This record gives sequence, C-alpha cells and structure tokens, in this order.
Amino acid sequence: MASRDDIKFLSNPNLGQQKKKYCRFRRFGIKHIDYKDPDFLLQFVNPQGKLLPRRITGNSLKYQKKVAVAVKRARHLALMPYVTDLLK
Amino acid sequence: MNNYEVTFIVDPVLSGDEIKSTAQAYEEMLKDEGAQLVYTDEMGLKQLAYPINKRSSGVYYSLEFKSENHAIIPRLELALRRDERVMRFLSIKLDKYGVKYNEDKRNGLIGKKRSSDKKAKPAAAAKPAPAAKPAPAPVATQAASEEE
Repeated sequence: MASRDDIKFLSNPNLGQQKKKYCRFRRFGIKHIDYKDPDFLLQFVNPQGKLLPRRITGNSLKYQKKVAVAVKRARHLALMPYVTDLLK
Repeated sequence: MNNYEVTFIVDPVLSGDEIKSTAQAYEEMLKDEGAQLVYTDEMGLKQLAYPINKRSSGVYYSLEFKSENHAIIPRLELALRRDERVMRFLSIKLDKYGVKYNEDKRNGLIGKKRSSDKKAKPAAAAKPAPAAKPAPAPVATQAASEEE
C-alpha cells in the first residue's frame, strides 16, 4: 500500500514551469557569427525566412544584432532566401 | 593592418578553367595591390536561394586578406562590379573574432569539420589495431611454418 510519502503531488510540479531562455552566444562563448553558414542561421528565422525576434530566440541584444547582420549578408549572397515559404 | 574578406559568386555557365582563372585574377590583383592573401576558400558550386541573372546556381569563392591600405576595397569592388563573370559579391572587414573564427575553421575546430574530426579519431584509433594485427600474424605464420 502506498504510504503518505509516496504521494506528494497530484500533478507534475514542473509542468507549468517554462524553461528559462538564454543567449547561446554568451553561454557557449561564440564571438563571431558566420554569414557563410546558412544552416546555422536557419535557427534564427521563421518558415517564411523572416528574422525571429529576441523574445523568441532569447539572444542578448548584442548578438541578436550580429545575427541580423549575418542573415542579411547571407541573403545578399543568395545563401538564404529573402522571401519563401516552408523553409525548414 | 586590417583583415578583409571578399566573397563572390562566379557564373557557373563558364568552363571550369574560366571560373578558376576568374578567382586567380582577383588573387593576383590583391597581391599586386600589396595585400597579404591569407586564404582562398573555394566553396564550390552551390544552389542559389533565389535566381540571380536567371541562374539558379553559382560557384562561390571567398578570399581572406590583410591590407594596410583601405583604398584597395573600392578598387576591388569596382573591378568586381565591372566583371560580367561575377554575379554577386560581398566585401566585409573582419574583426579579431572573425579572424580567429576563420583560422579555427581552417584548422577544423568549428562546425561540420569537427564531426569529421570525431570520425577521424576512431579511424586513427582503429588504425593501430589493424597494424597490431598484422604484426602477430607473421609470428603465427612462422609458428605455422615451424609446425610444418
């Protein structure tokens, strides 16, 4: 028979908690964002090829700006599309 | 001394020699202008994300160089703009992190090359094992011959 200690919570207490977002560039010490690597930059755009906001990527302002520049350079060199659909 | 990087797309319709000579022409131009060429990255034929000049693919080249003289960039850009073989170009100034990044990438410390290194390591680890195997083999054959 289950003792009182076994039943602590009715539901998973971690259920409602959101994972804290973080800036991957700061955390992993990435200093330079390469515009020639479209696979990496794909993480920062939505399926239409638009840049995702900082609110969603969690990047710090400094690196979000660098990401934006890198994506724009990649677009100029036709490594990434300006407009598309069903990217990713 | 500043570090620069010029990436350009060469028309893929040209023959292989013409494409190579285009890239070499710019390398030589940079050398003539007194720039120190650090690295020439042949990124090869890639599919374009959108058509440029009604072409759907292009041959990418990236030249990294050092130069004391920044007047080199307008001259280089003018030459690239006038060149019909070049479909698109981008010249940027690299900061110290960019220089380090490119250096690391060349040494295979970054990105996809790292996974190949990981693959290479087990291969290197595997190599001594087959090397070790043939070594006992002659002994075994000797033993076999002795037995005979």
